[in-house]
Amino acid sequence: MSDFWIILTGCLASVSCGLLGCFLILRQMAMVGDAISHAVLPGIVIAFLFSGSLDSVPMLIGAATFGVITTYLIELFNKKGGLQKDASIGITFTWLFAIGVILISLYADDVHIDQDCVLFGEIAYVALEPLISYIPGLSAPSTVWVLFIVMLLIIAMIIFGYKGLFLTTFDPSFAAAIGVSTVVWHYLLMSAVSVTTVVSFESVGAILVVALLIAPAATAYLITDKLPKMLVISALVGIIASFGGYYLAVWLDASVAAAIATVLGIEFTLAFLFSPQNGIIIKRLRR
Amino acid sequence: MWLFEQIVEFFSFQDVNIRYVALGTLLLGASSAIVGCFTFLRKKALVGDTIAHSILPGICLSFIVFKTKDPLMLLLGAMLSGWLSVYVVDYISANSKIKPDTAIGLTLSVFFGIGILLLTHIQHSGNSAQAGLDKFLFGKAASLVQNDVITFGIVSVILIGTIILFFKQFSLISFDVHFAKTIGLSVRTFEVILSTITVLAVAIGIQTVGVVLMAAMLITPAAAARFWTDKLKVMVIIAAIIGGISGIFGAFISYTAPSMPTGPWIVAVLSFIAIGSMLVAPKNGAISKIRKQNKNQRKILEDNIIKLLYKLGEKENEFFKNRSIRTLKNYREYPEKKLLKGLNILKKKNQVVLVNDLWVLTEEGKKAGMRIVRIHRLWELYLTTYLRIAPDHVHEDAETIEHIITPEMESKLEHLLDYPEKDPHSANIPYKNEKDINE
Repeated sequence: MSDFWIILTGCLASVSCGLLGCFLILRQMAMVGDAISHAVLPGIVIAFLFSGSLDSVPMLIGAATFGVITTYLIELFNKKGGLQKDASIGITFTWLFAIGVILISLYADDVHIDQDCVLFGEIAYVALEPLISYIPGLSAPSTVWVLFIVMLLIIAMIIFGYKGLFLTTFDPSFAAAIGVSTVVWHYLLMSAVSVTTVVSFESVGAILVVALLIAPAATAYLITDKLPKMLVISALVGIIASFGGYYLAVWLDASVAAAIATVLGIEFTLAFLFSPQNGIIIKRLRR
Repeated sequence: MWLFEQIVEFFSFQDVNIRYVALGTLLLGASSAIVGCFTFLRKKALVGDTIAHSILPGICLSFIVFKTKDPLMLLLGAMLSGWLSVYVVDYISANSKIKPDTAIGLTLSVFFGIGILLLTHIQHSGNSAQAGLDKFLFGKAASLVQNDVITFGIVSVILIGTIILFFKQFSLISFDVHFAKTIGLSVRTFEVILSTITVLAVAIGIQTVGVVLMAAMLITPAAAARFWTDKLKVMVIIAAIIGGISGIFGAFISYTAPSMPTGPWIVAVLSFIAIGSMLVAPKNGAISKIRKQNKNQRKILEDNIIKLLYKLGEKENEFFKNRSIRTLKNYREYPEKKLLKGLNILKKKNQVVLVNDLWVLTEEGKKAGMRIVRIHRLWELYLTTYLRIAPDHVHEDAETIEHIITPEMESKLEHLLDYPEKDPHSANIPYKNEKDINE
């Protein structure tokens, strides 16, 4: 049964990340996603200090707050400080991450956050959690529940907010002209990224969550030009990687999350070489 | 007192360990800051981040293949995979529709994933020799020993030497690649040299501050230094000083509080300096920019009010009449508070006086108002005469330029237009010495 829970956790996390990732890379905000995934660390630690546990609700609030702070700081340094975009991303997330690590060391006795876990998480722990039954007849580890709910929320956001997300992504000035607020969608998306990052944090860690955000979306982007198709393909790429990654990890006796990232890399390489429209080998053969 | 003792103890460098740690972090901070200046200026600030994440698979592979922790072999592996990652980012963004930032995020996270896969594989395989490989993840500055400092010293000399040797070429490819190409410089060669020393700086530095924070060691000092100067040489020196000071300071903090990690503190100090510079730097700092902006806005407000008073005088043919706030508001839609603020500034400058709650222009105020109106009308005439813009399109432009034109430009305009009497809307252009101004 433990295989099942681990693979399911991987699938849930990668579907949420893969869907959001599509919007991130289309808005050329991939590195902002990377920055957020690192910068939520102080939010997690502070939430932990207040609530005394790794409970989800304070953690989500802490993470969402810091995600928004990160986005805001990046823009502030960029626009008011006159710092180029990439440098303002780099400075913001390293600064917040450093504060997070300092806070962990400062309250080492109270905060049980493992340094390894911060970087690459440990998805296998999900199998050790007790099963909780929120719906009669269905019992699952709490991580799975949380990831499942977040995934549903993200799918709901995309379905009901499709028009807003679509317009603000592809044609911000038109969106603004017809009264769709780019700022609202921007911060909504960033909060969603922060929340997803933090619920995936324990399972896959700060850096590998970046792989889940960017790699499936980038792979899907090479395969199709249509946003709805891209979203579906991105989710599928993540699911395939969760299965493949689990068995690769078992075979090598290594970290599951890292193996998922590796498989994602392989999937991207395949799309890069053989995608019907954009693969470089296919393009060369056609010439 | 305790703090003072700690400071004395640390900075006397009596303790051998302190000496090594302080010297090591100083060298690391300074040399990575110097290299970072160029990555920063080439707008590749996140390349350092990519390399830092991507050297892990190289280190692990080199350990798996050679079964040794010989620093030189590990460094070789690190350099190779760090270098490969830079190439992969360039290749993906050049050969597909994937944007550079996506390529960076993709490469760094997948390379890091492969690295962790290999690292956990090595750790679980029960090979006891692997202990210590994880210092490449988090960095272990506090445990620097003599050998490390010697390595740092050698690497710093290589880095700084390369930069001094190729300073001209590096500055060319950082500022103007096209010009560099035109004069026949082999841009590709120097880009490769620059990436190589960046990879070297990262591979060394990462053992001290860890994967995530290495990017800050490269770019944060450079970004901070950029606010203080426009000259590359000065910028490199300031960045090196900032990097070095932060290095020592981080080492000092973890010396006084041993549970404190060195790397994050170095980065915290660096960020503090960078954000401070962003705020207070004299020319480029945010505060001085805001101050300049406020000054301009105040000038515009003053100009507009005095102009209004003058024009009312012109219209009613009575310049020194008392006028109430309400009258002024009828002509210019300013909030009362703003209007009062402007009037009070003008009062201090002795251009208006307040009589029984009513405002009166002074002789000086009349002159000031006349000047603004004159510039406005001269400019309108200039635009219609020389740029052939229709008379009904020139007001907006004159409205902005009237606050900017200096006395020198003003007399040039007068001269160029040969002291005209009427503007395109047939309004009089007022001059200081003209008698018939009130006719």
